[in-house]
Amino acid sequence: MQPRFLPRAHLSTLLEKLHANGFITVAPQLIDDAILYRPIESVDKLPHGVSVEQQPGSYRILHHDDQRCFAWANGPQALKPLTFLPEETLWQARRDAQGSLVFDAPSRPPKPIAVLGVRSCDIAAHQLQHAHFLGGVTRDEAFDAHQAALFIIAVNCSHPAATCFCASTGDGPSCSGGYDLLLDELDEGFVVQSGSARGASLLAELPLQALTPGQSDATAAQRQQAAAVQSRRLPSRNLRAALFASLDHPRWQSVAERCLACGNCTSVCPTCFCHSEHDEAEMSGEASKHLRRWDSCFTTGHSYIHGVVIRASIAQRYRQWLTHKLGSWHDQYGRSGCVGCGRCIAWCPVGIDITEEATAICGEVAS
Amino acid sequence: MSLPHEAEVVERIEETSTIFTLRLRFTDPVIRGQYRFIPGQFNMLYLYGVGEIPISIVSDPLDAHMLDHTIRNVGRVTAGFAQLKAGDRIGVRGPFGRGWPMQQAEGKNVVVITGGLGCAPVVSVIHYVLRRREQFHRLIIMQGVKHGDDLIWREQYEAWSKLPDTQVLLAADQGGPLWPWRVGNVSMLFDEAHLNGYESVVMMCGPEGMMLASIPELRKRGVADEHIWLSMERNMQCGAGKCGHCQHGGHFVCKDGPVFALPDIAPLLGVRGF
Repeated sequence: MQPRFLPRAHLSTLLEKLHANGFITVAPQLIDDAILYRPIESVDKLPHGVSVEQQPGSYRILHHDDQRCFAWANGPQALKPLTFLPEETLWQARRDAQGSLVFDAPSRPPKPIAVLGVRSCDIAAHQLQHAHFLGGVTRDEAFDAHQAALFIIAVNCSHPAATCFCASTGDGPSCSGGYDLLLDELDEGFVVQSGSARGASLLAELPLQALTPGQSDATAAQRQQAAAVQSRRLPSRNLRAALFASLDHPRWQSVAERCLACGNCTSVCPTCFCHSEHDEAEMSGEASKHLRRWDSCFTTGHSYIHGVVIRASIAQRYRQWLTHKLGSWHDQYGRSGCVGCGRCIAWCPVGIDITEEATAICGEVAS
Repeated sequence: MSLPHEAEVVERIEETSTIFTLRLRFTDPVIRGQYRFIPGQFNMLYLYGVGEIPISIVSDPLDAHMLDHTIRNVGRVTAGFAQLKAGDRIGVRGPFGRGWPMQQAEGKNVVVITGGLGCAPVVSVIHYVLRRREQFHRLIIMQGVKHGDDLIWREQYEAWSKLPDTQVLLAADQGGPLWPWRVGNVSMLFDEAHLNGYESVVMMCGPEGMMLASIPELRKRGVADEHIWLSMERNMQCGAGKCGHCQHGGHFVCKDGPVFALPDIAPLLGVRGF
């Protein structure tokens, strides 16, 4: 369909229609001095007049006298915690009266969630997680149940942060698919278009207007500007060969001297999929849950095997993370595992910059 | 993720003071009837309320109704398994992974090289070959241990060494009293194996240092890299290539392995940190 225009006053109508269609809407809000995606009841809760300044090791909220509510790049999380839950029960075991073990799958009743304000980088990351959890021989039932219930309302990124480099990875700042609805925010309202049949039928319920040539031009200019302002970049979209040819590079040691191995980067990374499995027995001893939690390759436990830690040094763990993210991901899923969201740069307590490290290790490889 | 199935401990066999074998049987006859595996594959064994660990299957595929798992008591879950007795119930998920290339090995020499408790994943190969003896040429079993006392299944090795077309070559870094075999490491055994001039398929399992030391010895004796297979060990928690712990470069050892042909993993084999 042709893009149409939704006046700002009718953004609340979109929320009402989502509610009427049975969705819980999750949207960005200003909580604890960060943009967080949480269930929302009213458009008043959106981060109006908020912008975010991001630098290596820094994330700062700024307030403006402005109507816009999507004039920032991203927060620490977006879609990942909704589909790959930070903690989730995989199965439960119990002992019956005869002493037999019985295993039960958790029930995951469909909970349709509409997410408003999804960025292009996060859609790309979601597609990578989709490939990991649902590709291959084994489908991950938990991820499948959560992703099947998602309705994605993307908003093209108009204000990339200094840490953003999605233009260089090819994952943004404008969306090229993977959404049900797509919005571009202008001062007076939103340019909207659908990307799915579900999206189109929802749009049919909204009081849309024809797009003026001025609005159309402003949208195109804004998209172009959002790509043009990005200054960070990776040297190439495929660094696999360059990284694995540099396993003895001295930079691994120098980054290890700065890296705290805290795992912030893997926690905020929208594509990192590692998780550990745990068992929690009830105090009564009658049942025990088998659950998974996000894990990080920066922990010693990640590579532990019967008394041996394969990656005992931080240099080895940083190298594992980077050679996987930008290298062996190509073997696994046919592309790099980095979508250029820049979160690992902003949320690193010491401001380690993946683009800087990759460039130092791989050199300026032609893309 | 598939749910575990309940299995009963039929027997717990004490192999050494720290190593034991759990003989398991699914309690559900339908599961028992459906379950199939090939040598080299593993199961996730679940101890109620404690945890789940990957353990390779050492018994023969034809005995799939009775699954043997040889375990060393090294951690929280294995310490719990060490306490089990006949009649106790555990959970079993599996089988997982890619097993040994038994079809590629047909008509050729089968060379099994192991170190330490590495013998467990290939003992199923030995049983497999002995049970289908006419399908294979010579069977050469090479094993290195740190100390003579670490050798488990000693009577079995002695029995195998007396079989026709079967060679057992053992080496211990420290032999100790009554150690009738070689003192030293595995690589000193190759001259005795007489691999030159025969087509051999090699199946190795154990410490990576031992496997790395064996590769040039095999190449020297004309064994092609594509005929050298290694079983890799990494942290595994899901068995399905999802949890990420077992990654070795781009491979998920739990689903792409644990058995790999040498050319598939050669670039990172022996690189510390992978």
